[in-house]
Amino acid sequence: MFKKLVKWARVKSPWILHFNSGACNACDIEILASLMPHYDLERFGVMLKASPRHADVLICSGPVSKQIAPRLRRIYEQMPDPKFVVAVGACACSGGAFRGCYNVMGGIDSVVPVAAYVPGCPVKPEALIDGVAKLLGELNKESA
Amino acid sequence: MAESTIKIPVGPQHPFLKEPCKFEFEISGEEIRGAKIRMGYNHRGMEKACEDRNYYQCLYLLERICGICSHSHTTAYIQAVESLLGLELPKRGLYLRTLVCELERLHSHLLWLGVAAHEVGFDTLFMYTWRDRELVMNILEEISGNRVNYAINTVGGVRRDITAEQRKKILDLTKVVRERVAYYANIGTNEPSFMARIQGVGKMSTERAIEKCAVGPFARASNVDRDVRRDDPYAAYGDLEFKVITSDSCDILGRVVVRVLEMVESCKMIDQLLDKLPEGEIAVQKVPRRVPAGAAVSRYEAPRGEDVHYVRSNGTDKPERVKVRAPTLCNLEAAAESVVGSYVADIPIAIASIDPCFSCTDRTTVLLNDRRRGVRMATWEELRRHGVDWYRQNKGIRF
Ligand code: SF4
Repeated sequence: MFKKLVKWARVKSPWILHFNSGACNACDIEILASLMPHYDLERFGVMLKASPRHADVLICSGPVSKQIAPRLRRIYEQMPDPKFVVAVGACACSGGAFRGCYNVMGGIDSVVPVAAYVPGCPVKPEALIDGVAKLLGELNKESA
Repeated sequence: MAESTIKIPVGPQHPFLKEPCKFEFEISGEEIRGAKIRMGYNHRGMEKACEDRNYYQCLYLLERICGICSHSHTTAYIQAVESLLGLELPKRGLYLRTLVCELERLHSHLLWLGVAAHEVGFDTLFMYTWRDRELVMNILEEISGNRVNYAINTVGGVRRDITAEQRKKILDLTKVVRERVAYYANIGTNEPSFMARIQGVGKMSTERAIEKCAVGPFARASNVDRDVRRDDPYAAYGDLEFKVITSDSCDILGRVVVRVLEMVESCKMIDQLLDKLPEGEIAVQKVPRRVPAGAAVSRYEAPRGEDVHYVRSNGTDKPERVKVRAPTLCNLEAAAESVVGSYVADIPIAIASIDPCFSCTDRTTVLLNDRRRGVRMATWEELRRHGVDWYRQNKGIRF
């Protein structure tokens, strides 16, 4: 019963944390833009949080540069279970334009497990909203 | 007089631009006595990667140096390549390129104004500017096909022409933006709580700004009358009439005023560009793949200041060396100095006032020395809250 309640709360109002792992900023401003009045991700109950300890979903952009990899791992570890990572942008999915650069790991999934991939360089706010909505849909199915 | 100071490191977990940065502030009580910076944490190795991509591929890679001034980096790079090739660009191509430059400046300054307002706790203005920014983004998407990394430049011109219908839409846009900007100018200089947070904060004298090599709106707010668009005109700027905005208040208020008025100038330029838009080709038809050996430097006035690209060619289809000097690099040093003498609560707005691609703020970490709890970590968000609360309690500023 309690578990059900928690799951319901998580699906209805996921709290997200945004982390830039060496992205070019374009995806980050698009993430911000989708939280702004024009697109308004908040109407799905999505709320941006500042601390990993409060977050359910980690929205992560960037190809993961070598210096940032330990930080990303640490942030992931600080998040309470169950946690989901959304890789935002081509470079977060696979390294994108930076594939082969000597200082990048090439994708979020080379460091932490990823639940959803949103492609695009940069992602459009619409795509991001779609990605998050799909993730929530999956979670909902699980909880049923 | 010996005085005890405490060091608080900020960062380095803050990957903005190519230079995520670590600041170390020396404080005594609430006052900042010194600031140091260390850079190079989030190096991706793009300059090296350029060496095994050809000139066209580099174009798309360099566009991704920074997603906010992406057009700036490609234009700076491509101007260097075009001068090596000795290309004569068709006028229409140059005009369209300049058009995107100015649209980009509009969206970048709107973005900055929002972020600056957010840092001082004025979230209403943040929401307003970002709503208006969407109008500019829609136009950019319509003329280039992408919202952020437009990829409109190509060696020898631009890739897309604009239609009469789009032209009209852009003219409508500048009308709206002008109205909105007038409104922001009014708020920015009259709203007492906002003024109290920005007036006289983050002082940087003209002499120090020049000594510290500050560039762009940051330098112009310290009354340094420099603008590459006027001093060394590139693209279509030689044909345009515009004012270089400066301010002699030398503080954050000045930086707000300069950027807001620059938006008005950008609107003027966009109108002129569309008025005078010549007919003809938009790009050079035949561009050789191989670039003759040589080296070229190109300067460009990005929204954040002067951007310099250096390209050396060895006669093949790949550059031998590409070097980028982004404007934030020049401004950081000056920004670090400008916070000396102000309060810890002013750090967020003072650093944000140089516009260091701070759209991705939530990653900076501060170690505040708390006697009871030992060293405490504070995120950027907490620091911002601290700033807002501190001013509320001690100076009675509320929004
Ligand atoms: S996916 Fe593209 S736009 Fe997004 S951060 Fe990576 S390089 Fe930049």
